[in-house]
Amino acid sequence: MSTASSQAPSPGSPPATATSPLKAVTRFRLFWPAVVLAVLLVANLGFTPGFFAVHVQGGHLYGSLIDILHFGAPLILVSLGMTLVIATGGIDLSVGSTVAISGALACLQISRSADPGSLGTVLTAVGIALGSALVLGVVNGVLVAKVGVQPIIATLILMVAGRGVAQLITDGQIITVTSDPYKLIGGGYWLTMPFAILLSALVVLAAVLLTRLTALGLLLESVGGNPVASRLVGIRAMRLVALVYVFSALCAALAGLMVSSNVSAADGNNAGLWIELDAILAVVLGGTSLNGGRFSIGGTVLGALIIQTLSTTVYTIGIPPETTLVFKAFVVIAVCLIQSPAFRAKLAGRGARARRTAAARPHAVAPINREVGK
Amino acid sequence: MNANALLTRLRGQIPLLVTAALLVSMFSIGSVQYDGFFSGQVVLNLLIDNAFLLVVAVGMTFVVLTGGIDLSVGAVVALSTMVSAWLVERHGWPPLLVIPLVLLMGTAGGWVMGWVIHVFEIQPFIVTLAGMFLARGLCYTISIDSISITDPQYTAMAQTRIPLGSLFVSPSAVIALLVVAVGFVVLHYTRLGRNVYALGGSEQSALLMGLPVQRTKTTVYAISGFCSALGGVLLTFYMLSGYGLHAVGLELDAIAAVVIGGTLLTGGSGYLLGTLLGVLVLGLIQTVISFQGTLSSWWTRIVIGALLFVFIVLQRLITARRR
Repeated sequence: MSTASSQAPSPGSPPATATSPLKAVTRFRLFWPAVVLAVLLVANLGFTPGFFAVHVQGGHLYGSLIDILHFGAPLILVSLGMTLVIATGGIDLSVGSTVAISGALACLQISRSADPGSLGTVLTAVGIALGSALVLGVVNGVLVAKVGVQPIIATLILMVAGRGVAQLITDGQIITVTSDPYKLIGGGYWLTMPFAILLSALVVLAAVLLTRLTALGLLLESVGGNPVASRLVGIRAMRLVALVYVFSALCAALAGLMVSSNVSAADGNNAGLWIELDAILAVVLGGTSLNGGRFSIGGTVLGALIIQTLSTTVYTIGIPPETTLVFKAFVVIAVCLIQSPAFRAKLAGRGARARRTAAARPHAVAPINREVGK
Repeated sequence: MNANALLTRLRGQIPLLVTAALLVSMFSIGSVQYDGFFSGQVVLNLLIDNAFLLVVAVGMTFVVLTGGIDLSVGAVVALSTMVSAWLVERHGWPPLLVIPLVLLMGTAGGWVMGWVIHVFEIQPFIVTLAGMFLARGLCYTISIDSISITDPQYTAMAQTRIPLGSLFVSPSAVIALLVVAVGFVVLHYTRLGRNVYALGGSEQSALLMGLPVQRTKTTVYAISGFCSALGGVLLTFYMLSGYGLHAVGLELDAIAAVVIGGTLLTGGSGYLLGTLLGVLVLGLIQTVISFQGTLSSWWTRIVIGALLFVFIVLQRLITARRR
């Protein structure tokens, strides 16, 4: 185990060929997502001159950048959970439904209580929402890890049924609530910052610490890189895999609370619609391969911010927001082609033959395979 | 030995038998429970109302049999309705030109996706997801609002009723059944069909056997694209409008129909007629819920989800035992 952990932090780094400093920078994992985000932000400056201005008004921070962080907070959370799921080689399509269900449950609980403004009511509502998400996550986890259903199909079930359940909870209506403590989660401010930003930052930080300071991240990567080899070295893959689906559902539930709290209403039909696709896109943009193995939480956060900035840009330029989908399509295709070893091999085909075979080898799996080969 | 072989053969049919039993029991319970349920027209209405889903599900069956998945079908259906409505209404093109054009467009789109999936070795799921984004987005670049169709040829197709004794069907239902028949023949009696099963069984083995893996894969996605476009044309007849929000979630219904029809999601095993049964089951759920009257429409989604759950677990049990 100790040899594996000493090797794991540098699975993708090229063998001593990156000599020039420029190359070293461009090879850095977060380089390209960061460049895309920077370009998008600077492009916005062309349309709105005061884009980068952040000013304080009534003790609260205001500005386009804050808005992007604020409205992007739910997506960051959902993408965070999705990152860990994808790291194990899975996928979670049910997050959108989980967002809708958790928002619906919380709003129903608050709207039914005698005192919607009290902290106790809100905490109960949050507890119910997170608790039910726990159950949904366990269902997904058991289906994938124990029953052995393909992740995309297992979570498809909940994606289909979950929307129906959310509508059942809200009775097809939009439940509106007026509760100050609940409003804080998604729409309130704390220490001059929107509370949603702080909350998602906290969760992201916790996830980073948990995966990078403990062996958890390494174990996840090894399960995603090569499940069979992981089992052979004694990793309990089943429990780990089930765990990431629970984590993903919890993140989605938190995002659902944010979304419904921000608008003080629960809409079983539209809350979190398509968020699973945005989250997958954010993860892929951040450089985590859909094949499992290596993952980058920092990259995912950047990816989520890119998507949110893209949406904001489209709104400010005045293009119909629905056409964002076309841009997203091209982004998905471009990123997937860049990630595809076959595509890289074809590009490198003009160069040396040795370089081609090196590029064709999937980085994430290689070191783990080597480990087993010994 | 012989009995054993028969038993394993039967085991593969379990999902199909369960679906057939489900269909019969649902229909009998509905007939006992509700007045006017037990009639030939209710059955024919299942076909009329789900003609486009049936066509799309046929295409999806081909893709799933190779072990792939096509998430773009709903969006391609929407794009087909949009392009048809736009060309016919806004530009005055004749429908007889527009329909082949739309079909060609869907086929080409599917072919490109299949090509990308094979050549660049990207997961089908993500490629067709991009296709879905693109097709939905293109709908909105044409128009954000719904475009209604008043063209006489389209309205004629929408209103024509083909009498069958005292009952009737729509031309769309007949087209859908034709597609099922053609699909059945292609899948079970041609070389392409055999290649599809071989590819789903094991791509590696298919390649080693010298089967045309790339051609089969691109053809399968092209078929799915064609079926989606045709489904879009049928939906245009049914709705008489083009809209970017048509057929949202149709890909899930199509996958559900294929799974309930007994096709293994890992590929290599399944029947096209099972998909027909799957579509009928989905349609019957909706019919029962509308006959009940007190149940809301979202129960449809919950029941479909529950059915998916049962059938997927059933599939796992069967494949686990086989190994």
